[in-house]
Amino acid sequence: MSSLTLRQALVRRRYLLGGWPWRAALYLLSSVPAGMALLLSVLLLAAVGGALSLVLIGLPLLLMLALIGLPVAAAERRRLRLIDPVPLGDPHRAPAHAGLSAWLRTRLREQATWREFGYALLFAGVLWPLEGLLVGGVLAVCGGLLATPVVMAAVTGGEEVRVLKLYLADSYPQAFALALLGLVLLPVLSYPLGWAAVARAALTRALLSAGDDGVDARIQELGRSRMRLVDAFEAECRRIERDLHDGAQQRLVALSMTLGLARLESPGEPLGGLLAKAQEEAGEALVEIRELVRGIHPQVLTDRGLAAAVEDVADRSAVPVDVELDIPERLPRAVETAVYFALCEALANVAKHSGASRASVTGRDDGERLTVEVRDDGTGGAATTRGTGLQGVADRLSVLDGRLLLSSPAGGPTVFRLDVPRTPAHLVE
Amino acid sequence: MLRIVLAEDSVLLREGLVGLLERFGHQVVAGVGTAGELTAAVAEHGPDVVVTDVRMPPGFSDEGLRAAVALREARPRLPVLVLSQYVQRAYAEELLDSCDGTGVGYLLKERVGKVEEFVGALQRVADGGTVVDPEVVRQLLRHRRDPLSRLTAREREVLALMAEGRSNASVAEALTVSEGTVSKHFGSILTKLDLSLTDATNRRVLAVLAYLRK
Repeated sequence: MSSLTLRQALVRRRYLLGGWPWRAALYLLSSVPAGMALLLSVLLLAAVGGALSLVLIGLPLLLMLALIGLPVAAAERRRLRLIDPVPLGDPHRAPAHAGLSAWLRTRLREQATWREFGYALLFAGVLWPLEGLLVGGVLAVCGGLLATPVVMAAVTGGEEVRVLKLYLADSYPQAFALALLGLVLLPVLSYPLGWAAVARAALTRALLSAGDDGVDARIQELGRSRMRLVDAFEAECRRIERDLHDGAQQRLVALSMTLGLARLESPGEPLGGLLAKAQEEAGEALVEIRELVRGIHPQVLTDRGLAAAVEDVADRSAVPVDVELDIPERLPRAVETAVYFALCEALANVAKHSGASRASVTGRDDGERLTVEVRDDGTGGAATTRGTGLQGVADRLSVLDGRLLLSSPAGGPTVFRLDVPRTPAHLVE
Repeated sequence: MLRIVLAEDSVLLREGLVGLLERFGHQVVAGVGTAGELTAAVAEHGPDVVVTDVRMPPGFSDEGLRAAVALREARPRLPVLVLSQYVQRAYAEELLDSCDGTGVGYLLKERVGKVEEFVGALQRVADGGTVVDPEVVRQLLRHRRDPLSRLTAREREVLALMAEGRSNASVAEALTVSEGTVSKHFGSILTKLDLSLTDATNRRVLAVLAYLRK
């Protein structure tokens, strides 16, 4: 089988010489018996199923009717090979579990199933009669004209014959002329026939292709699973923070207090000095844990939301930072966390690389999207490729359907802008 | 002797704090572990001073701080010292904003290790003073807009110490300068910050803090 499609063949000069016109005709004509059978099945299933649905036996019949698109589509994909060797993919997903009920659940939930059902109804009610008319018409006209002399000879003994019920031919030259006309019309009419078949194939392709919804569903699922991963990660961070707070931090404070009391009791050397040193160590450990905890999950973000947490980061920044965040209401936790860590990264970069003397964080939540911009007056030349920090930030934002823009021409200023929908699609709250 | 209500959910720390305070002759009239119990205990005992943790059950967020602010609204003259695991400007500000900011303290929890300083701070709060953890003050002082950038490094040090609620004498001691020098520094700070001189040190500090919090 050549890899040519009917559509490509139609625009070539050799179209008429090959089998293409016949294939096109066959494609259109084969619709007729198939369509008839389908129409009968649909009407039968609907009538019997509808009537018997009162006694429940009809319900499986109606279910069969709903799924009638499946075998029809499978057959149609095959039939399409007649004029189009490019295979039409199957849009259906494999059910997650074995068994009829799982299969039914999967199929009934798929958009493709219902598109195929629609196609089946269209096929049964509209398409096949049209196709039948078209091919039948062409064959009847050409066949009728070609057959004129034969009919004249056979039926009326050469006296006269009414051609196509329109024209009365009453001599052999006339009859042969008409037959010649039929011979000329056949190739001429095979062009519109071919285009009709192409149009019909395009319709089939549009309605029965795997389309996007199979892919869409997978992307949706991916999005959701990414979101779940991020969520699990954050829950884990919160748990670690909680454990550190309730465990190590409290114990160290208690230790420091005990050491303090011990120093009170024995101010003399050398013990006093050693106790002081021990207490200092405990203090250092506390500072370290505090910093660690803030890096994992800042409590102020949970308690007071994004604006307060960002101001807190700005307070600690080595470069002076002005914060102006207009966020009237608390955002979903996942959004707050992702944006917070994005801004932390941006401000850390300002402090580390930019050489800026000032930076600003401005942002607003317009009810739809949250847009935040970090701007500095540094030397510019920052790139997303530098370090994995920004890549991680971008990944985390993209989970929430957010975007990250970095503009940093040489000579500055560097502008880091992010925007996130207020309620991302895959939010697990 | 102070009568104290102590709210701290970690039993280990609560016991330790009770021991420490009693060691200095104070009396812990109630030791509780939740914000709700704290409010009830204050109503029951009418203590001289409340010491509370920020993060407590059931929500483990900032219940202790909220309870403290609510208590202050109900009894404006009730001294409250809040102990926090975090250097958090937002928390300190809320606390200082409750009523006129007298008789409040916000300290990092680990300061309890410096036993005498801690007890001294508690006494200052009970006497109506204002105590803010040096770490938090440092945060308040950092990167503030222009008026503060006009201060010299020395003046900032003085201001930070003042904001801790210290007297001129104690600031002078800490910086090993004379009290006169401290007064002079403070005068110039007030001038630079456009603040009028009032009588009480605390008032001045509060004015400064309020200005910083703008």
